[in-house]
Amino acid sequence: MEKNELIEKINEVLAEEFEIEVSDITPEGDIKDTLQLDSLSLVDMVALIESEFGVKIKGTEVGQIKNFAALYDFVYSNQK
Amino acid sequence: MQNRVVITGMGIYSCLGKTLDEVRDSLYYGKSGIIFDPVRKEMGFRSALTAHLEEPDLKKVLSRSQRVYMPEQAKYAYCATADALRNAGIDQDYLNTHDVGLLYGNDSSTVPNVKAVDTMREKKDTTLCGSGAIFQSMNSTVTMNLGVIFKLKGINLTVSGACASGSHAIGLGALLIQNGLQEMVVCGGAQEVNPWAVGSFDGISAFSVREDEPTKASRPFDRDRDGLVPGGGAATIVIESYESAIRRGAPILAEILGYGFSSNGDHISSPNVEGPSKSLIMAIRRAGIDIKEIGYINAHATSTHVGDTNEAKAIYNVIGDHRIEVTSTKSQTGHEMWMAGASEVIYSMLMMKNGFIGANLNFENPDEDSAKLLIPDQRIEKHFDTFLSNSFGFGGTNSTLVIRNL
Repeated sequence: MEKNELIEKINEVLAEEFEIEVSDITPEGDIKDTLQLDSLSLVDMVALIESEFGVKIKGTEVGQIKNFAALYDFVYSNQK
Repeated sequence: MQNRVVITGMGIYSCLGKTLDEVRDSLYYGKSGIIFDPVRKEMGFRSALTAHLEEPDLKKVLSRSQRVYMPEQAKYAYCATADALRNAGIDQDYLNTHDVGLLYGNDSSTVPNVKAVDTMREKKDTTLCGSGAIFQSMNSTVTMNLGVIFKLKGINLTVSGACASGSHAIGLGALLIQNGLQEMVVCGGAQEVNPWAVGSFDGISAFSVREDEPTKASRPFDRDRDGLVPGGGAATIVIESYESAIRRGAPILAEILGYGFSSNGDHISSPNVEGPSKSLIMAIRRAGIDIKEIGYINAHATSTHVGDTNEAKAIYNVIGDHRIEVTSTKSQTGHEMWMAGASEVIYSMLMMKNGFIGANLNFENPDEDSAKLLIPDQRIEKHFDTFLSNSFGFGGTNSTLVIRNL
């Protein structure tokens, strides 16, 4: 998947799952703040990315992915 | 000196209706909530009969983080409880400032377990189960969800007593209030309504196979009954001390006079006569009333051969030749299992408050034991002020409540 298409798709599935507007998501935005994630719903984000894009984010990697730009990069570079 | 315990609020989400008025009308007009579900047939069920209930859409009512931990039956319980609290005149400010308890009957949560196991087997990755699975799959899922959503601060406990769960929850709540340990307890019962939850129950040939006549399949006490029909939903009542209700200026609907219980210590599925008889006798003795004061008996009778027979014998053992109307509302709802003890208190309350006893549907021919009881096959208009409600469950657990109009 091309990166722009991937970004659009990631934003779409995250917005739907966490019940926010796609327009609330910006590349620099903090993921936890924007999606209002706690330690439990963070698991749902990881599971969603894995089930939708086949990209597993390991526990040690989650903490390093702070904003959406980092998430896009991670998924793009790890997609099969 | 024990505290008197009164009912000040009721709420229900059932195949007979989603409001007290709808349910009252369904009881009055003898509506059946039973359908034939073709999906069950495709799944290999012996009987595709079930009560019909839509799952509520709570998206506009609760946030994602509140909904994600709720399985089907917790959603029913949320609806019933929100209505019961409103009915009792209790707002969030009251719940925030008082130690309100929660005792709710629930004895399964099948779908979340099935989904999680399927995910683990297929994906071999537990993260993919999601964050909701653990909280949805536990037996205490209803009380953990309601306790968090309504911010309850008193006792918080799930009562798992098979098909007597809801009744035991009310009885135990009443005991806590009687003894001054709680001033108010939200009580009830919830039951999931999906094929996975009852497939193994179908597997032991417990269900009616009268599939060509769904509304005639549940026929408690009738000679030609051939098994129960599974149902579900949720029912909640708010109980509190009489003093608390007076202090709040709450609408006092009825008083819980007696709670009786027993265990058969016998067969795992076949009930006997002695155990239920003990439960009835204990409830009446603790209520401190004479049998002739009872105006209506809401039987457990599920439409199984041995269950109805032995309950008829137990009731006759206790009331003898007193002419008290006995019906099973399961003739309309099917067997609401973990919910039944609570919902049947509400059904009986609605009939008591509105001066009628709904028909025991499909009671066309008595058998030897039901012939000894006064079982109306048509609705009767009758004022009564005290009723007795039976609930019995697998493993031989029995619960009986005696409730008086106020």
